[in-house]
Amino acid sequence: MSSTTINRSPISKPKSLLAKISQVSLPWRITLGYLTIMLLLPVAALLAKASTEKPSDFWRIATTPVALSTYEITFVTALVAALINGVFGVLVAWVLVRYDFPFKRFIDAAIDLPFALPTAVAGLTLATVYSENGWIGSLLAPLGIKVAFTRLGVGMAMIFITLPFVVRTLQPVLQEMEKDIEEAAWSLGASHWQTFWRVILPPLVPALLTGVALGFARAVGEYGSVVIVASNIPFKDLIASVLIIQRLEQYDYSGATVIGTVLLAISLLILLVINLLQAWGKKYET
Amino acid sequence: MNSNRATVVLRRILMQLKRLWRGLPAALEPVRMWLKRIWPELVKRLLIGVAIAYLSIALFIPALNVFAQAFQGGIEPFFRNLTQPDFLHAATLTVIIALIVVPLNTVFGLCAAWVIARHQFRGRAFLNSLLDVPFAVSPVVAGLMIMLLYGRQGWFGSLLQSANIKVVFAMPAMVLASAFISMPFVAREVIPVLEEAGRDQEEAAKTLGASDWQIFWRVTLPTIRWGLLYGVILTNARVMGEFGAVSVVSGNIAGSTQTLPLFVEDAYKQYQTQAAFSAAVLLAGLALVTLVLREIVERKTKIADVE
Repeated sequence: MSSTTINRSPISKPKSLLAKISQVSLPWRITLGYLTIMLLLPVAALLAKASTEKPSDFWRIATTPVALSTYEITFVTALVAALINGVFGVLVAWVLVRYDFPFKRFIDAAIDLPFALPTAVAGLTLATVYSENGWIGSLLAPLGIKVAFTRLGVGMAMIFITLPFVVRTLQPVLQEMEKDIEEAAWSLGASHWQTFWRVILPPLVPALLTGVALGFARAVGEYGSVVIVASNIPFKDLIASVLIIQRLEQYDYSGATVIGTVLLAISLLILLVINLLQAWGKKYET
Repeated sequence: MNSNRATVVLRRILMQLKRLWRGLPAALEPVRMWLKRIWPELVKRLLIGVAIAYLSIALFIPALNVFAQAFQGGIEPFFRNLTQPDFLHAATLTVIIALIVVPLNTVFGLCAAWVIARHQFRGRAFLNSLLDVPFAVSPVVAGLMIMLLYGRQGWFGSLLQSANIKVVFAMPAMVLASAFISMPFVAREVIPVLEEAGRDQEEAAKTLGASDWQIFWRVTLPTIRWGLLYGVILTNARVMGEFGAVSVVSGNIAGSTQTLPLFVEDAYKQYQTQAAFSAAVLLAGLALVTLVLREIVERKTKIADVE
């Protein structure tokens, strides 16, 4: 771990970006050119379109009752899903790092499935498994719990796609944690609970928060699995991404742009928070 | 009189109970010891049980369900679904888009990784964060951006129309959207490897008179090959599986601008659940191959680390 933080490249005098561009170097040109055409230009197009709206119009479109309800459904459900994965992610990471049991390697590898599985497939299978005659849905139906085509389904889809984040950010930290410290705490008379809360959990907090934030960011932007598993009815289980698509289908480019800009701003804010959390975690390491 | 006797009896019973109570710890000592002995094992089993139950409900059962549904009617209807023209077209289009996007993003990823890992310059941290933007942005917003850029009312809309080039609701926009959302994978996998390897070897090669190309092919590429390979695998998985961004810009026309994930959703909406799951199995197979390759790459890098 420590070797990655040591940057052995000799620190040449920091030059300005412009001075570098003027130097004839193909990789630089490709990097900056590609980023400009593929990334900056589209972002600029969105912002430019958004800026053609008058601020009062922007505000009015961004805060229509339907839009507000999609924000609430998107962000609250994503937060709950990320927090649930936070709790169970600690448990799963702990079990995978500390215990041995049959099929452990297989289960460890399978955690990444949501990263690799296309979201449309995730939505399709969740919609059938949790439908009234699906494998799990049929067990829940007698209890009066409906998952597919409700907000619970949106939550399940978000849990599915964000499951690996917390586990994968915690595993390396847990692996590096010295078992001695726990044993010392224990032999000094701390109970299991005390050992967990006072000794094991604190060093995990930066990684845990990073994992939860990554999961939250992913869940907020999720579209494919949610659109299939939800009924997409406004005020019930319509999320912001689906609202953008509905606006586009009605050729309401202004509406789509405004809500898209709100989503983009919040995503960038979360990205900033994640970067700060990661910096904090690195400080914790040393 | 009677009440007196009753109190005496009561007191006696109480005394007996007290004695029993005091003797209890001693009598239960073996039980306590036994509990203490098996406690860690008990906790372990409980934790493993809860973890596996959670993973099953959230992950394993839905994943198994894909295969169970696809092969519900046996293997024959599965293959019949796979010969539908719409399906075949979607599969071909998915592969073509991947064949265009993956090399593009691989070249870009390599260049970006080299720029970020091998240079110190003002704006490096900014460039590094900029690279993460496609991961943070909702795919739908990414699709919307492409629409606003190349669509009829977009910046290049009239220009493209006069040149009679169709971008939106056609393959070019699907390529652009796929490239956008899978942009960072290669760079993200290669940067840490480059940073860890340092530049000693590259500089040694340079002093020995190797050209930049030679250094790249003979020194840098062998060092980063596993990280690069993993980045390429991830890019490919993401491109082939992308749904949101592509569905915004494609128009989702069956047999024309429909990729496999779009086909899955469309078939499901048309109540052709069987066809949807047949295509879903292929995509799930792709995911499994991705995970297996990842395991192999990870093991290779571990071996390389030990060496």
